[in-house]
Amino acid sequence: MAQGKPQVWVFVEQRSGTPADVSFELLSKGRKLANELKGTLKAVVIGHQMKEVAKRTFEFGADEALLVDHPSLKEYNTLPYSRIVSQLIDEHQPRIVLFGATFIGRDLAPRVASHTRSGLTADCTDLQISDVTYLRKDYKQLLLQIRPAFGGNIIATIITPETRVQMATVREGVMEMHKLNKPVNGKITEIPFTPDPVDELVKIIEHHREENRVNLKAAPIIVAGGYGMGSKENFQLLFELADLLGGEVAGSRAAVDAGFIDHSRQVGQTGVTVRPRLYIACGISGAIQHRAGMQESKKIIAINTDPEAPIFDICHYGIVGDAMDVIPKFIETYKHKLK
Amino acid sequence: MSYKIVVLVKQVPDTANISGEVMKPDGTVNRAMLPAIFNPEDRVALELALQVKDRYGATVKAITMGPPKASEVLRECLYMGADETVLISDRKFAGADTLATSYVLSEALKKLGKFDLVFAGRQAIDGDTAQVGPQTAEKLGIPQITYAEQILNLSGNTISVKRKIDGGHEIVQGKLPLLLTVIKDAAIPRPFRAKRVMAYKNACTLLELEKMVESNSLLYVDTLKEEYESKGLFIPTLTMDDLDVDPARCGLAGSPTKVHKVESVVLASNEHIRIEPNKEGLSLLIDKLLEDHTLG
Repeated sequence: MAQGKPQVWVFVEQRSGTPADVSFELLSKGRKLANELKGTLKAVVIGHQMKEVAKRTFEFGADEALLVDHPSLKEYNTLPYSRIVSQLIDEHQPRIVLFGATFIGRDLAPRVASHTRSGLTADCTDLQISDVTYLRKDYKQLLLQIRPAFGGNIIATIITPETRVQMATVREGVMEMHKLNKPVNGKITEIPFTPDPVDELVKIIEHHREENRVNLKAAPIIVAGGYGMGSKENFQLLFELADLLGGEVAGSRAAVDAGFIDHSRQVGQTGVTVRPRLYIACGISGAIQHRAGMQESKKIIAINTDPEAPIFDICHYGIVGDAMDVIPKFIETYKHKLK
Repeated sequence: MSYKIVVLVKQVPDTANISGEVMKPDGTVNRAMLPAIFNPEDRVALELALQVKDRYGATVKAITMGPPKASEVLRECLYMGADETVLISDRKFAGADTLATSYVLSEALKKLGKFDLVFAGRQAIDGDTAQVGPQTAEKLGIPQITYAEQILNLSGNTISVKRKIDGGHEIVQGKLPLLLTVIKDAAIPRPFRAKRVMAYKNACTLLELEKMVESNSLLYVDTLKEEYESKGLFIPTLTMDDLDVDPARCGLAGSPTKVHKVESVVLASNEHIRIEPNKEGLSLLIDKLLEDHTLG
C-alpha cells in the first residue's frame, strides 16, 4: 500500500497530440474530489511530445503530471497504454482514477480495471465523496459513483468499498471545466518507457478522423427530436426550425436508435451533455438519461402529445400538442414577428 | 484452415420497453416483469462470426453466462447458424458485476479449449458499460479490438479490421488469438432459418431434460441425455464445479462494485407555463423569448 496523501488521478487523453476536452473537465472535477480527500491530483499523460499538454494540466488543478513520452506512443493503442497505466496504478495505488467515457477511455479503463481488479463504473453523471455504511460496516470517504440505470427508471449510487482503487468513466460535457486563475505550481515526473514486442500484436495501419462537424456543445439553441417525431423525414422540420433560429438539431437515444438522426447528434447520458440558452424538445418523453444531458439548459420548451410526459416536469414552457402541427405554426409566427 | 470462434452472448431484460408495471412501488425494478431478449449487439457479433465462417471456414461456438432460462438465447444462436452452444450457469455466479463476469467467462473459455477469435457485442443494453469484452481479453492475456465495424481480411493468423474511433475510424491489423467487440452497424443479423428452427427447437440443457423427466415417469435422464447428445440437441452446462475458479472471485462475492443506493426517479415537479398549441399561444411564447433575449 502506498503511504501518504490519497491521490486522485485523471487519464489525460490525446488524439494525435491534441488533448480531449473531457480530460480537462475531469481534472476540474478531480481537483474538487482531491480537496475533499485532502489529497493530491495527478494527471497521467501518455503520448509523444506531450510536455506542453502536461503543463496545461496544472491550469486545471493538477499537482503533478506523470508523463510517459515516447515516439511509439504517439497514437493510442490498447496494449502499451493499458500496460503503462496498470503498472503506474500498481505502483502508486491511487484512491480514484477517472477516464473520459470516449472510445479510448472505454477501451482502456476496463482493461486496466481487470488487471488491477478494481471496481469500475461507466458513464457516471455525478461523483461525490462521502462516508458510507454498507452492510453494517463503516467506510471513510468513498467515491459515490452516480449513474442512471435500467432504462433510466432508477438512479443508482455505486460504491467499491473493498478495493483500494476506485475507477469511473464520465462522458464529455458532464463535468464543468474550470481553468484556474493561477495555475498550480505543479511538477512533471517523467516515466521511462521501453517498447515491448507484445505492443505490436495490434498495429494501427490507417487513421481517419474527420473533425467533428456537429458541435452541439457550442450551439446556443438546440432543437431536439425524439421517437415521437415518427420518422427521419419529419426531422426535416426540426432542421428548418433550427436554421431559422440559428441553432443545431439533436436527438434522443430513441430517435438515434430508430435511425431518425445520426449518433453524433445524440443528447443524453450516452451522448453529449449540453447547456444551451434554449432547448426545444419535440416528441421527447424525457427519460432520465435524456434529461441528464440537457436539464441545465437555460430555457426549455417541451412539445409533446402526452400531457403526462416527464419532460413537462423540467420544462419552462410546455405545449401539449403534436410537434408536426405546432412547429410549422411556430415557424410562421416567428417569421411574421421578424418582419 | 478452419478458425475456431467463440461468441459471447447475453440474455438481457428489454430495457427499451419498460412499462409502468415493471417499476415496484419502492422504485426498484421488477426484472421478472421484463421480457428477456437476445442482446442486440451480441446478435450482430454472432452474425459477424458466421460471416467469417462463410468466407474463411470456421466453427462457431456461442456461450452465455446466466440463469437456466438463458438457454433461450442459445437456441436462437443455433437457429442463426452456430455450430455449438454452452450455458455457463450456477447460483454462485449470480449478482456478478463486469469484473466477476469476465473472470468466469475467461475461465470458461480456457476450459473450452483452443480458440482463434472471440466475438462479443460492444455492450449490453441492461448496463451499457462495454466493459466485459475488454476485461475478458485482459484476463485471457490476448489483445482486443473494440468497436469493430468491418472485418476486412483474415489470412493465416492476421486479421484486418476497420474500427470506429472518436470522430472517425481506423484500420488495425491484429495477430490471433484476439477478442473483438462489435458495434450495431457492423452487420444486419441474419434471420432464423426455418430448417434450423425445426432442427434445434428441441435443443435442451440438462436442467431442461430433468424437468421433462419430472413430468413423465417413463423417461430417464441418462438415456434422454444420450439420445439428445447423439442428435446434437444437448446444450452442455458449465457450473462452478466444472471450472477452475476461485469462488471468492465469482458472483456477488467477487464483484467489487456494490449498489449502495437506488432511487426511483422522482421529478421535482416544476411549475411551468402552459402554452396553447395555437397561433395566439405561440405568439405569446415568442414574445417572451424575444423579451428576455433567449431568441433574437
